[in-house]
Amino acid sequence: MKVAVLGATKGIGREVARLLAERGDRLAILGRDRDDLERSRGDLSIRGQADVAVAVCDLLDPSTFGPALQESTDQLGGLDCVVVTAGTLVLQERLEADPSLAADLLTVGFTNTVLFCEEARRRLLASRGGTLCVLSSVAGERGRKPIVLYGAAKAGLSRYLEGLDHRFRLAGLKVVCIKPGFVKTGMTAGLKPPPFAAEPDAVARRVVKAIDRGEAEVYAPWIWRWIMAVIRLLPRWVMRRLSF
Amino acid sequence: MREPFPTRFSGWGRYPVLPGRSVQSESLPEITGGAAISRGLGRAYGDAALPAAANDIVASSTLADRLLNFDSTTGVLRAEAGLSLLELNRLFLPRGWFTPVTPGTQFVTLGGMVAADVHGKNHHWAGSFGQHLLSLRLRLGTGEMVDCSESRDPDLFRATIGGMGLTGHILEVEFRMERIPSPWIWSETERLSCLDEMIAGLKAASREWSFSSGWIDSLAKGRHLGRGLLFKGRWAESTQAHSTRPPFRRGFRVPFEFPNWILTPWSMSLFNAAVYWRHPRRISRRVVHPQTFFYPLDRIERWNLVYGRDGLAQYQCVVPHAADNGPTRRLLELAVSLKVPSFLTVVKDFGAEGKGWISFPKPGITVTFDLPLRSGTAAVVARFNELVAAEGGRVYLAKDPFTTAAEMRRMDPRLESWLEARKRWDPRGRLRSAMSIRVMGDPQ
Repeated sequence: MKVAVLGATKGIGREVARLLAERGDRLAILGRDRDDLERSRGDLSIRGQADVAVAVCDLLDPSTFGPALQESTDQLGGLDCVVVTAGTLVLQERLEADPSLAADLLTVGFTNTVLFCEEARRRLLASRGGTLCVLSSVAGERGRKPIVLYGAAKAGLSRYLEGLDHRFRLAGLKVVCIKPGFVKTGMTAGLKPPPFAAEPDAVARRVVKAIDRGEAEVYAPWIWRWIMAVIRLLPRWVMRRLSF
Repeated sequence: MREPFPTRFSGWGRYPVLPGRSVQSESLPEITGGAAISRGLGRAYGDAALPAAANDIVASSTLADRLLNFDSTTGVLRAEAGLSLLELNRLFLPRGWFTPVTPGTQFVTLGGMVAADVHGKNHHWAGSFGQHLLSLRLRLGTGEMVDCSESRDPDLFRATIGGMGLTGHILEVEFRMERIPSPWIWSETERLSCLDEMIAGLKAASREWSFSSGWIDSLAKGRHLGRGLLFKGRWAESTQAHSTRPPFRRGFRVPFEFPNWILTPWSMSLFNAAVYWRHPRRISRRVVHPQTFFYPLDRIERWNLVYGRDGLAQYQCVVPHAADNGPTRRLLELAVSLKVPSFLTVVKDFGAEGKGWISFPKPGITVTFDLPLRSGTAAVVARFNELVAAEGGRVYLAKDPFTTAAEMRRMDPRLESWLEARKRWDPRGRLRSAMSIRVMGDPQ
């Protein structure tokens, strides 16, 4: 499989790229910082014992999306799968204090991720389909006090991916939406891990399985499907009193 | 999240527990700037990677775990300091490469292996990990990032090997891996009935075997003093080895903290005798999994919880060789007379002293005691240190949390010059840990 991964230098994306490299998939990694990409290229090419392509792509700058995906396709000689794990998490208090941070979070977490997916979708459909796997979050399942904006962006993203799946699955585009719970990565360092907090490699294994099977919606770890089912049922007067 | 957050730290021994601030990122240059000390997987038993003050920042390295370069003709490997030995083994054992030196657990980072200058069962010929290091990238206390090696800033290089992370944050590590003929170990276990036999056995094994170490029944005394099992091994030749690759195994977890009364002198003496008599024959030989051979305790995740709420300490020292094995005998006799309830006592003969300025190993016999923490443990360590200093030995800093600055000075005359050198790279004393206050006499 020829896979482009946006966000492969850190967190869950790093682990997903490692699993794919170690089992022999051909990889292109996309990211903002070329030095950081080169370091990950070293890591992945040693693990996979094969060369890894690199393309600079900045989620804050949509003009980089097309060229980066084109470069990946050229270097890999085709493209079967695009994985998007990049994203940022900023806590609600800081976003409320700084509207420019809020604008960035919404732009990166929703608008530009969607624009990137649109670019990927066009390319995958143009070449007899493929898989688009995007990391959303359980945070988008219910409006919650500490992550109002982050959750809203993820809710929008999940809904977009659902629509995309409905519209293009029969045309050959498999859209895989991953909804992780709390994962212990650099992004969440310093937050108190809740029950069922997961390690990034465990979530990554689930992501790869979902890609292989073309599953439309996956909670990782699986327990979150049931936890969120309960949380969605909680009445608003309860949500207003809970602090999570 | 790049902001440090308050938390509490402890080492593998779960004592002491100290407040501080932690910061974690995939990028070490990003977080080491204002940090006082780096911390890897926290396997040092005591306070080596603990903050000196509640406001000090501890930079966690475990997310910085990328391989950067590997030359499959020379075996030279470069990686970020947070890479674990577990991951290194998982990737490279099947390819016929192994770390040149391994400690008794694979839950350590490369940075930690450099900082403690770890040694293993092959110390008699391979030396400690520092012997195989080619270069390091460090972030100094001044904030500057530098590369050092035997040819570039050799003083800094040697001060950092075994320097307990106090000369600079270790960012990248480059060392030479060892080619192995098969990923299996050919091992021999021998039952020995007294200390003289044990030490003679270790010395004989050093001439013929790549790996050796002894386990001592710490509760045997009198003419049985020092009886135990001698483990010897070498990489199996491809004709001896299983044709399959060793399966990569995960162990089971200790589910909860055991109550303190589980480890009594009575239960430990039973355990020790059982291990000793489990080997009915004097010598047994077999091909074993390298994880079984090198890391028997890794099978049991969180085994430190067996020691209960009070935690544990290890005490490891080296005492010089002697024709009559006097220093080692006096050490073991002291342990018996103090009724030291050591669950696992390990002996090994060391080879030559290495590059590390204040590294632990030097020629002699090293003995390690596992000590459940009780109110008297500090006093036991003080008695041990008194004897070790008198015998001309020294202690391993990654182990016990009790050795004092005065004791350390008495045991290790190299410390003074190392402290002066350290000051050159960190004139304002930005790098420090709870350990550096305790054993190096850093200002509080």
